[in-house]
Amino acid sequence: MSTPLLQIQGIHKRFGGLHALNDVGLSINAGEIYGLIGPNGAGKTTLFNVLTGLYQPDEGRFTFDGHDLFRKKPYVVVRSGIARTFQNIRLFANMTALENVMVGQHVRTHSGVIGAIFRHPKARAEEAAIRTHALELLEYVGIAKRRDELARNLSYGDQRRLEIARALATRPRLLALDEPAAGMNPSETEGLKKLMQKIRDDGVTILLIEHDVKLMMGLCDRIAVLDYGKKIAEGRPEQVKNDPRVIEAYLGVAPE
Amino acid sequence: MDIFIQQLINGLIVGSIYALIALGYTMVYGIMQLINFAHGEIVMIGAMVTITCINLLLGLGVQLPGPLLLLAGLLMAIPVSMLLGFTIERVAYRPLRRAPRLAPLITAIGVSIVLQQLAMLIWGRNYRPFPAILPTVVHDFYGAAITDLQIAIFILAFLLMGGLFFLIERTKLGRAMRATSQNPDVAGLMGVNINTVISMTFVIGSALGAVAGVMVAANYDQAHAYMGFMIGLKAFTAAVLGGIGNLAGAVVGGILLGLIESLGSGYLGDLTGGFLGSHYKDIFAFVVLIAVLIFRPSGLMGERVAERA
Repeated sequence: MSTPLLQIQGIHKRFGGLHALNDVGLSINAGEIYGLIGPNGAGKTTLFNVLTGLYQPDEGRFTFDGHDLFRKKPYVVVRSGIARTFQNIRLFANMTALENVMVGQHVRTHSGVIGAIFRHPKARAEEAAIRTHALELLEYVGIAKRRDELARNLSYGDQRRLEIARALATRPRLLALDEPAAGMNPSETEGLKKLMQKIRDDGVTILLIEHDVKLMMGLCDRIAVLDYGKKIAEGRPEQVKNDPRVIEAYLGVAPE
Repeated sequence: MDIFIQQLINGLIVGSIYALIALGYTMVYGIMQLINFAHGEIVMIGAMVTITCINLLLGLGVQLPGPLLLLAGLLMAIPVSMLLGFTIERVAYRPLRRAPRLAPLITAIGVSIVLQQLAMLIWGRNYRPFPAILPTVVHDFYGAAITDLQIAIFILAFLLMGGLFFLIERTKLGRAMRATSQNPDVAGLMGVNINTVISMTFVIGSALGAVAGVMVAANYDQAHAYMGFMIGLKAFTAAVLGGIGNLAGAVVGGILLGLIESLGSGYLGDLTGGFLGSHYKDIFAFVVLIAVLIFRPSGLMGERVAERA
């Protein structure tokens, strides 16, 4: 088997007395949709923040695509190919949909400040390319018609899609989605599922946190379950679903 | 009637200068929620450097037409002010980026005092006359007088503002600046270099400030080490009036304050039966500031504070 795209081992993260992540390890293969579930407060978002550089883990190892990303700054992580969306949407609310995606490409473009001011031909060409690519991405996630609307005026589902487009603009190899279906109605969720499958088929590996168990079972190749900062199960969806420890974590233990 | 038109013209000229300076305040506030009280001093140093530069050229016996001499002075003052703005941010504000908001505010006042004293050491404590290099051509405008210089100030101010709006709305740097002002952490995640964006904000604001300083000095025929204090306070008032953090607001606030001040001082004598004269014009800025803070703290075009959260 080839080496996994992302690999973490023995990750610990403490906040004062709270052991938010306790010896967590997992590996994600290229081309997978990898799910992360667990009760509220289990440490899912903490793990996301560690994987995207927003939190610095206390101990452990973290490699991605051959790069050592342990305790690296967020922009280094993005540059190595991990992009994310947020559980609570964090768009640039007063910028248009198109501009939001254009900002996402900053990490991959290089023309500097001076070029931007003096309209250097190279900077102009790059600007045009950024715009074209941003439009393609809006088209890709299905909100091209809304491109000139301010992000804050988009519907909730469209804001979610815009956040995905902005993350894709950084040209990631791994896209980490934090509860993308939260607050969506069933038809929006179905559309989102199709979008995630399309993204995966186009070569981007997906790491997904989601509470919608039905969505996760039908979508993920593998699932890991976190509880109180520990990984208590990992495997194919049907394996995880029947794991007694998972049932215990979610439902409690049946009295004997 | 010609008093009205005359004060209208004066108000528009002064207002466009206020607007240029107010943009410097509002840009910095928009990006890092800091009132850069040293901005007025940057304006002053822009004026001082230009005057020195022109006098130097005149002393060397350079034979150039007045406008070209002025241009040479400006081309000296702008980079000096830009460098100054850049340095102030690096030395005084960046180390306090994560500090409580009061700390950088007090630092800003400190920087302002340091620059005033520095200017006094260099240029002395007397008023420096603006070299008489520009011919005074007066045009008659419906009974009011307007000079070539005033027309030039007005046009240049609006060209610069137009350029700034283009930069902010249409370029990659402008996009990065807006993204940073709305959510610095996420902008950083997208590869926006926050430090560069903040530096550029100071540099651009300082360049506008330097030009405004030269305008003030040329318009009033003098400059002084303390001039930055009053002009800075007025521009700050203009920025608050328009809604601090809002670029269009700074322009509207600047023009409006210029008009209020100019028309107000023109009629102040009549209104108070001669008790207060037009030399009390400075009170208008403060009356406006107090009124805005009481009745509409978010300014004319500012967003509600709750929306930021």
